[in-house]
Amino acid sequence: MFPKVPMQQTLRQKLEILADAAKYDASCASSGTAKKNSLGGKGVGSTEGMGICHAYAPDGRCISLLKILLTNHCIFDCHYCINRKSANTPRARFTPQEVVDLTLNFYRRNYIEGLFLSSGIVKNANHTMEQLVEVARILREEHDFRGYIHLKTIPEADAEIIHAAGLYADRVSINVELPTTAGLTRLAPDKNAGQIEGAMGRTKARIIEAKDERKRFRHAPRFAPAGQSTQMIVGADGASDTVIIGKASTLYNAFGLRRVYYSAFSPIPDASAVLPLKRPPLLREHRLYQSDWLMRFYGFAPQEVADAAEADGNLPLDIDPKLAWALKFRESFPVDVNRAPKEMLLRVPGLGTKAVARILASRRHRTLRLDDVARLTASVAKVRPFICTVDWRPTLLTDRADLRGLIVPKSEQLELF
Amino acid sequence: MTAMQNVSLGAHYAVHLPAPDDFAAWRERARGLVQCDVPPDRVSWIEPGATGDLFAAEGPSRGDKRLPPPPADAPPVRASQRFLTIARSAALHSDPARFGLLYRVLWRLQRNPRLMEDKADSEVRRLEELAKSVRRDAHKMHAFVRFREVEEEDGTPHFVAWFEPDHHIVRAEAAFFMRRFANMRWSILTPRGSIHWDGEVMREGPPARREDAPGGDPVEDLWRSYYASIFNPARLKVGAMLSEMPKKYWKNLPEAELIPQLIAGAQAREAAMVKAGEREERVRPATLAEVAQGAAACRDCPIADCGTRAVAGEGQSGATLMIVGEQPGDQEDVVGRPFVGPAGQLLDDHLARAGIDRAATYVTNAVKHFKFTWKGKHRLHQSPGAKEIDTCRWWLDAERAIVRPRIVLALGASAARGVLGKTVSISKARGTPLALDDGSELWITAHPSYLLRLDGAAREEQTALFAADLAAVRERLAELTG
Repeated sequence: MFPKVPMQQTLRQKLEILADAAKYDASCASSGTAKKNSLGGKGVGSTEGMGICHAYAPDGRCISLLKILLTNHCIFDCHYCINRKSANTPRARFTPQEVVDLTLNFYRRNYIEGLFLSSGIVKNANHTMEQLVEVARILREEHDFRGYIHLKTIPEADAEIIHAAGLYADRVSINVELPTTAGLTRLAPDKNAGQIEGAMGRTKARIIEAKDERKRFRHAPRFAPAGQSTQMIVGADGASDTVIIGKASTLYNAFGLRRVYYSAFSPIPDASAVLPLKRPPLLREHRLYQSDWLMRFYGFAPQEVADAAEADGNLPLDIDPKLAWALKFRESFPVDVNRAPKEMLLRVPGLGTKAVARILASRRHRTLRLDDVARLTASVAKVRPFICTVDWRPTLLTDRADLRGLIVPKSEQLELF
Repeated sequence: MTAMQNVSLGAHYAVHLPAPDDFAAWRERARGLVQCDVPPDRVSWIEPGATGDLFAAEGPSRGDKRLPPPPADAPPVRASQRFLTIARSAALHSDPARFGLLYRVLWRLQRNPRLMEDKADSEVRRLEELAKSVRRDAHKMHAFVRFREVEEEDGTPHFVAWFEPDHHIVRAEAAFFMRRFANMRWSILTPRGSIHWDGEVMREGPPARREDAPGGDPVEDLWRSYYASIFNPARLKVGAMLSEMPKKYWKNLPEAELIPQLIAGAQAREAAMVKAGEREERVRPATLAEVAQGAAACRDCPIADCGTRAVAGEGQSGATLMIVGEQPGDQEDVVGRPFVGPAGQLLDDHLARAGIDRAATYVTNAVKHFKFTWKGKHRLHQSPGAKEIDTCRWWLDAERAIVRPRIVLALGASAARGVLGKTVSISKARGTPLALDDGSELWITAHPSYLLRLDGAAREEQTALFAADLAAVRERLAELTG
């Protein structure tokens, strides 16, 4: 084998390699951090709560941050990862200053909201983490950069270095990678579930501490004001949706995570042969996000989402999990939109949180008819079998055995490769 | 005196607004009209540049009456906070009917103060839609303005952007860019007017043309590279992209020119992967003969194209011990059997000395084809790469599933990778067995060809270690078979 060491890479070549290597991280969020702007400062940047997607790639994903790796050299050998030691992929390495210059040049032209920096592990975890923190330090201290910074932290690194990362960054994240410890041991032999969760626990404690201090001292330093997030790879090991949902719910509760990202294991060039032969359909990732939403915004317990799953523990792909739940528990329907409590309205397939808020506000003023509901929702056809209004009662519909067939979208989405 | 006495009955009022985005002016006029009790159907709102009001133009009796001052005892005009928030945005919409709608809702609010809560009301709904599309337009402006750097005469950088908003949002959004780029000199030019910030003062300018903005910026090349590289061609979702970044914005986005070629590239890649993916549909072979046949026809890695033959494993299905080597060598390729060359002879000697009967074992290799380079007339052995070992693992896994050995003995790092799927260090892994998923044990030792390459003391030392490993395997075999 010939080691691939190009003579001298240009900045553009490095950017191509290190952006390519970073694209398997799903997160690109730039929302939910403390408000700040560059008035009265020396540099550029502002964050005003709402994230901004500055472009969209043809994969449908938003481009909000400059998402790159500092280097894709790595001493670890995780099978699902394109940057694993044994992968035959071109390697490159940025200096911290190069990343700083790129970030500022992109930011000044309004291409991005900030930086999402991650890295392969070079030398050791501490050295790598120090380099990541150095980039954030130069941006914040030397250039007074007030845009968004998301740093990936390396659980194996010392707690003090991770702490320094949280002082500069808006958000920190540590990837749990796989939903089961067995999967992690098999596919990421150099990683350790205990270590990952330990680091997440420490980060949570620091976030709470810093919030608490700011209540008492106005100038206490902020620590990761946009909280922490994590990512799980779906479909690389045998974990079913039920297992993944359970894991996500544990993570939300135990570590106060802002988000759990699900990344459908994406066929990577030069894949390791240990990986499963079948790719998960992209739709599975989508269904997991939907169930994540059900737990966070719709008052579903993890067990209830699991109830919507099929016998093999996976959520149906042809219908969304809320509809699946409604079809399984028909005795809870129809829901009277004029009387039902908010919790029950949120269970109606086709009613989102905003539609429910609109219904609750409107019904104080009028008794809702089906036409009114049609104005308040995106699609009354989807809602109709599960609600009743003064002029509508789906007696025959809700009890029909073939209801599923009537509701399920007819056109089959083609599976992408 | 009541309000109605103050205005002429049946009069029609045409109200001229100073600017299409002047909410404050509308608010002031609307307040006066409500206090004078002028119903909505008697007011038309005219913004600059509009053709004027049809009714007002009809005749002198319906002309633009000057609104009298509101009566002193007129009750204060009331509106909910929600209405104000929504109205501020909706007033910026490009729909000419927006001010009339705003006035109608304001009028109704005087009688029904909680009207804004009635989301099923069609006028409230329409107002919310207007506000929503203005907010979206503003959000897209935050997102899609692209500055280009030009150098001013005094040598300072000036960042200039061209943007085409759908609604009258430019003045309202100036503050956002000021807060974000407070210490930069910048201008945003649009067909609805322009704004300029010099680091201290905001100035407004007349509508601009695209030609007034700079044509390019060298950093755009880097940005396009980033855009192309962060795109994951394994997941093409053009619809999702279009819903958030509609085509009307593309002409002002430097990266958008890449989109057609990225989509075409992804589709070509998809076709290639469908072909490569045929392997995934393959059924795992059920017999050793099928493995031999399949491996012979296998072209999944480049080694198979070296013009050599696949050397199948040899031995009993159901053997307790499976011995895995790296790959066939020159001799093995000629003969078509594993471990018949110099390394094979050394292995046979050691097996005999340890008391292991080769005939009762199953012997195979991690990689089934011989990888070599020509050196003169000789074929010189080359180690297979990790990728090649991982690819060939398909066949080794099949053999393990058929033979079902109790112990797998891996000779060398390549063999260990073939079994485990990851690279291990021989010196660390030897001597202690590893449990495999199927319940069998993996013992790892050096490859005999390694011994052949050593000399003197090193060779003696390694030979002793090798012999000790085989003896340990022998002992364990005896334990297992009782």
